[in-house]
Amino acid sequence: MTTDLIRGVRFAIVTMLLFGGAYPLVIWGVAQTAFRHQAQGSLVTRADGSVVGSTLIAQAFTGDRYFSARPSGVDYNAASTGGTNSGPTNPDHLAAVRDRVAAVRTREALPSGVIPADLVTASGAGLDPHLSPAAIDVQVARVAAARGVPVDAVRRIVAAHIVPPTFGILGQQRVNVLLLNVALDAKDAFND
Amino acid sequence: MWNIVINLAIIAIIIATSVPLGRYIWKVFTDQRTWLDPVLGPVERLVLRVTGASTAQQDWRAYCVSLLASNVVMWVVAYLLLTAQALLPLNPDGIGGMEATLAFNTASSFTTNTNLQHYSGETGLSTFSQLFVIVWLQFVTAATGIAACVAVFRGLAGSRLQTLGNFYQDCTRAAVRVLLPLSVLVAVLLVWQGVPVTYEGAVSATTVEGTVQSVARGMVAPEVAIKQLGTNGGGYFGPNSAHPFENPTPLSNLFETWSIAIIPMAMVWTLGHFVRRRRLAVVLFAAMLAIYVPMVVGATLAETGGSPPLTELGVDASQGSLEGKETRFGPGLSALWAVTTTVTSNGSVNAMHDSMTPLGGLMPLTGMWLNNIFGGVGVGFINMVLYLIVTVFVAGMMVGRAPEFLGKKVEAREMQLASLALLWHPLAILVTTAIACVVWVQTADPGTALGWLKNPGAHGFSEMLYEFTSAAANNGSGFEGLGDNTPFWNIATGLVMLLSRYVPIVLPVALAASLAAKPGADDSAGSLRADSATFGLMLWGVTIIIGLLMFLPVAVLGPIAEHLSQGVLR
Repeated sequence: MTTDLIRGVRFAIVTMLLFGGAYPLVIWGVAQTAFRHQAQGSLVTRADGSVVGSTLIAQAFTGDRYFSARPSGVDYNAASTGGTNSGPTNPDHLAAVRDRVAAVRTREALPSGVIPADLVTASGAGLDPHLSPAAIDVQVARVAAARGVPVDAVRRIVAAHIVPPTFGILGQQRVNVLLLNVALDAKDAFND
Repeated sequence: MWNIVINLAIIAIIIATSVPLGRYIWKVFTDQRTWLDPVLGPVERLVLRVTGASTAQQDWRAYCVSLLASNVVMWVVAYLLLTAQALLPLNPDGIGGMEATLAFNTASSFTTNTNLQHYSGETGLSTFSQLFVIVWLQFVTAATGIAACVAVFRGLAGSRLQTLGNFYQDCTRAAVRVLLPLSVLVAVLLVWQGVPVTYEGAVSATTVEGTVQSVARGMVAPEVAIKQLGTNGGGYFGPNSAHPFENPTPLSNLFETWSIAIIPMAMVWTLGHFVRRRRLAVVLFAAMLAIYVPMVVGATLAETGGSPPLTELGVDASQGSLEGKETRFGPGLSALWAVTTTVTSNGSVNAMHDSMTPLGGLMPLTGMWLNNIFGGVGVGFINMVLYLIVTVFVAGMMVGRAPEFLGKKVEAREMQLASLALLWHPLAILVTTAIACVVWVQTADPGTALGWLKNPGAHGFSEMLYEFTSAAANNGSGFEGLGDNTPFWNIATGLVMLLSRYVPIVLPVALAASLAAKPGADDSAGSLRADSATFGLMLWGVTIIIGLLMFLPVAVLGPIAEHLSQGVLR
């Protein structure tokens, strides 16, 4: 038994160095060389080099000039993430969704019709960077009005940001909210 | 409908690629040359030389002692490193040491290949702990499972055999020659898709609207790769592969889904090579598929149909149930993942299971109750061997012949060991859930005093049931609304994980040794052929009846009661 334990210790040390040390280091080397942008977290930077955020991580947009992101169970805290974990019949959850539906109806002037599900439900990690084109579409009129630009001009920018499913079949059609909002703020966004 | 077609196509891709991998694994464990030898051979020899293990053949007792001793050491090392992580290097975000009961739970969880997480990675673990505890254990514990499974295969294949192999050699080969090359491949593919790999900590961003957002990063890709391939499931971040940094695109989701199921599926073909009966592997594979595919279809239908209570509030049902799900995956790919990750004892998630529809959420529970449909790397297939033995016995009784498997008589000792191992699983789930319910009911004002349950009613019961099911199945997923980082849950699930790992490894290895010692005879005209469709059908029936019937009452109390209460079947 003692020899077995000693062997176990030696096995632990060598495998720890191999799998905890060498293997991640090799992946890090490959990643930092071949895919540096992704390896660093797909960061979006301003002209002065300061970081705006990550294309993969949702951030809060509250102003009328911007498209809102999906509701977040953690208030877009990207250092402590999570979903709401609300069960489908949880009364608190149903009340929260009812409030969100009412808020969307008021804000986007949609007295009738169904509300896109992703606009009123929280995502798994609370950091979902995307919305469905339907959830973007209901916000277009409000964003255009707040910016004082034609609705069609905003629609044109939205259309350029719709990402199709991979290979046309895998996953969902979606729009990256941060990239869309950054594009709206670009100097020449509405000059053409 | 389209979602189901896509999901079945993904399953077909995994099956097609599992065939050559199964052959490769067989070659690795039977000393045959493979094309990776020039690179991996030296690594394997280095590990064995430093370990100082002889490569002498071991009988089942020596094999199990080596297995248990190495695992005891892993547990102790993990516990010490977790509690001391504040003092160790590579801690860019300044994370403190882990509290004692949480460290007990975490060490038990990762040593047993469960990866139940009562902490949240981005706030609970330093980069050092992520790499030198979590990633390390994700390799060696998965390798432990594969080694045990190969020992069982040798037992089934052998005739008058007293030894089952050498544990350190098998474990090293599984880690170095099977898990390592696949992990490197998958990790690089994931980085390409956007999974970060950096030793730096969180980055501080000034958002478009001018607030400060701290974005946690880390050595994510290497961990996600082995977390999936080793059916570990423990993620770098709290929300696991629902987090965009762990699973950024539909393509990364495909790579990860593939990684979850590929080795468990391949092990079936590996058995076929070991016992030299390809037809037997086909029969077993078909029996498992005949449970797995209906579950995937069921979950996909449940999740794509939307959540009826939300539909009543004016939410668009055509997008499916989206609470807790990510826009890029949608309900279909999330349903496929939920079933795959629970039948295989992986436990990673790409959507929050707690927020699934009641019947959709029943599927992950069902997968873990069975725990043998492909199952965890190694151990899942060991569970299937137990069902095989029981099926042989039942079938033998039905046709009035002495039960035989692969020409070997199945006798009292084998049945006792198989029954004990099989009964452990429901015992570990039902008794512990009952205890938790009693504690909840006996506590005055439990909502405030205990604060365990995020959701009231039947769903709250499901949360407790899910937690013990996940621990007993060594799965690691959760209905995460459960407030589980408390001494009660840390210690209770820690104990369940430890017992539910080693009891179902040691007993089947003993069983395999007992079979191995017997002379193998050729099938006679009167014996029931295990590689026939009839036997496959029997196995399917026995699996469902024995594996699920005991759980029917709790299924009714939890998910089914909730389903009915939301008024769907008015």
